[in-house]
Amino acid sequence: MASEKDLNLEATELRLGLPGTSGESAKNQTSATPRGNKRALPEESMSSNATASKNCDQEIAPCTKAQVVGWPPIRSYRKNNLQSKKSEAETSGIYVKVSMEGAPYLRKIDLKVFKGYPELLKALEDMFKFKAGEYSEREGYNGSEFVPTYEDKDGDWMLVGDVPWEMFTNSCKKLRIMKGSEARGLGCAV
Amino acid sequence: MQKKVACSFPDEVLEHVFSFIQSDKDRNAVSMVCKSWYEIERWCRRKIFIGNCYAVSPRMVIRRFPKVRSIELKGKPHFADFNLVPDGWGGYVLPWIAEMAGAYPWLEEIRLKRMVVTDECLELIAKSFKNFKVLVLFSCEGFSTDGLAAIAASCMNLRELDLRDSDVDDLGGHWLSHFPETYTSLVSLNSSCLGSDEVSLSALERLVGRCTNLRTLRLNRAVPLDKIANILGRAPQLVDFGTGTYGADLQSDVFSSLAGAFSSCKELRSLSGFWDVVPAYLPAIYPVCSRLTSLNLSYVTIQSPDLVKLLRHCPSLQRLLVLDYIEDSGLEALSSSCKELQELRVFPSDPFGEEPNVSLTEQGLVSVCLACPKLQSVLYFCRRMSNVALVTIAQNCPNLTRFRLCIIEPRTADFLTLEPLDVGFGAIVEHCKDLRRLSLSGLLTDRVFEYIGRYAKKLEMLSVAFAGESDLGLHHVLSGCESLRKLEIRDCPFGDKALLANAAKLETMRSLWMSSCAVSFGACKLLGQKMPRLNVEVIDESGPPDSRPDSCPVDKLYIYRSVAGPRFDMPPFVWTMEEDSALQLNTIGNPIGSEWEHNMKGIQGLRAQMPFVLYLAELSNTSQW
Repeated sequence: MASEKDLNLEATELRLGLPGTSGESAKNQTSATPRGNKRALPEESMSSNATASKNCDQEIAPCTKAQVVGWPPIRSYRKNNLQSKKSEAETSGIYVKVSMEGAPYLRKIDLKVFKGYPELLKALEDMFKFKAGEYSEREGYNGSEFVPTYEDKDGDWMLVGDVPWEMFTNSCKKLRIMKGSEARGLGCAV
Repeated sequence: MQKKVACSFPDEVLEHVFSFIQSDKDRNAVSMVCKSWYEIERWCRRKIFIGNCYAVSPRMVIRRFPKVRSIELKGKPHFADFNLVPDGWGGYVLPWIAEMAGAYPWLEEIRLKRMVVTDECLELIAKSFKNFKVLVLFSCEGFSTDGLAAIAASCMNLRELDLRDSDVDDLGGHWLSHFPETYTSLVSLNSSCLGSDEVSLSALERLVGRCTNLRTLRLNRAVPLDKIANILGRAPQLVDFGTGTYGADLQSDVFSSLAGAFSSCKELRSLSGFWDVVPAYLPAIYPVCSRLTSLNLSYVTIQSPDLVKLLRHCPSLQRLLVLDYIEDSGLEALSSSCKELQELRVFPSDPFGEEPNVSLTEQGLVSVCLACPKLQSVLYFCRRMSNVALVTIAQNCPNLTRFRLCIIEPRTADFLTLEPLDVGFGAIVEHCKDLRRLSLSGLLTDRVFEYIGRYAKKLEMLSVAFAGESDLGLHHVLSGCESLRKLEIRDCPFGDKALLANAAKLETMRSLWMSSCAVSFGACKLLGQKMPRLNVEVIDESGPPDSRPDSCPVDKLYIYRSVAGPRFDMPPFVWTMEEDSALQLNTIGNPIGSEWEHNMKGIQGLRAQMPFVLYLAELSNTSQW
């Protein structure tokens, strides 16, 4: 402790020395304050005595980004506007009609719920009770008289599976399960 | 001899002279010249601005200024915008309306910001002020469209109804039909914040049609795109227009009538709204773009190329609000198209995403600052920054008056050097000598506050988050920033020392907000006790602060100067540190010999030896500060 002289301010230890002033003032600065990226715990910067922080009921734990209230500083009506856009994008699906030769009515499926062709084909098979056969790039669907096809943006009828999945979901306008003679031209090995 | 000259002017003459003096500052100065001028001035003051509704009581205002016609009041602290102020904190306007209803029957204008307004308040306004003309509710809450209906029905001379950014309980569009068919005085209507899907389109169209002086019309989202042409057709004299929804399946007849309606609006200077915009409809506004000075595209979620196409048509643009979809490339294009730009605000489209979703960096802001010589006001959200960029901005935009930078991740360092951004922000305050408002972000040490204290002499408002290392930081700001009025701080390691040592400074400011910092309850009590003209309010939702040791930090602290004394409308989670409570230092639970206790006892000990105020003066006079 510094010695008392008159109303020497050292006695109160409330001095805040600016850089370059006496070495004693530098000591008074809290050395416990963390630098860098660590989130400052208020107790640390107040007292170097570890037990002080234990006595406080308020244990302020470092927060993850998700928990920081009010950061980044955006008004709620702006946040709501963005959020509603997001959920719209999430809920709106890509619905296409599916027809099958011989079936009395059409069905509709949401292409967005599938991650790829295998899932789509399985769903179609379940829906219309058929088996599609093995797909290969060279030969199309082998081993079945049913062939899944789709009409693309240009109005052309294509074989399901030829293009990457993303490209397919963006360009598919409707699906049709072709059968038998109709399917022959599309590479079904009969 | 001189006395005689002063008295020889009749009061009416002086009053007439004073009527040319509009600014509050000048009016205040006039009132201090002598007693008779004080008297004359107070009877002829018509306009009052109260930056903190708790700084003074309605009765005091009415007593001094008996003939007020226009009042502006602000309530909650700014950080309430970001949910840092719990509901129920305060800011109720009803006591003001109730007092003014009796005292100011000729009140014409009420402007409120961040206050709680109820339907009861609105009904009281409608009933009490026969010549009521202007109601502006900026970021207010607590009322519904029923209250608006009361205003619409009763205020025959209403000119302006502006609900900007308020949180209104929208019960449907029928309130508009409460404007009588004989009512024609509307000049400005901003109902863009109303959230219901219902709106009474026919009432709106009729209202717009008969109010031939309408200059500002900002519609809410419920108004569909295909109704805009009709509405605009009835108000070609509009200067400021906010669309409702601006998206729909493209239909050529809708497009052409829209384009036609816009082209007949020769006075249109400001556009906003554009919810759910479909790019195909944007060209409909091209006829007015060359004259546009203000454009709010902050709800427009279209990509940069479409934004740029639009902005190329707007050479007169002075003010732009936009989402970060504009990207660096779009801002570059903006800087070459819009040389008149004075204000730019770029908001984040995905603020909570882990990774950047758009290519917007510090480069976008730099390119605008390099090429737009009139730039004065910036609000910019981004994910990275460098000292070099900030220095470039500072050197090229010395006329900046408002600079608010939000680097989304707290404590982000200079991405090039990994150093703190102290030097960059230091350059901003050094070069921009007229800077009035500054918001900091990124990795910052006490150094940046040293620069701010040294250079930011005109700074009035400072916002700080996740910055600094010690009390020295806060001390630099409080002791150096001569013009400081509002200081708001969150999540910084600032504690008791700087606050107590600069207590006198707080009386020269409107308010100080500190949350998630390191100010102890004991220091709050001390401050409250020793500074009677400050209200020291502790906000803590986890329970009474005196159930914990005095050395414990408080959760949130709001200090403001007031001549009205402590308020009485506080919720249970707000405590005012009273002036008359005996300062019982609660040392139970504090370890013996803790630094905190030593400090507090030191203050108390000194208190016995000299008046506290002198002690503080001593502290601030020493060369160590």
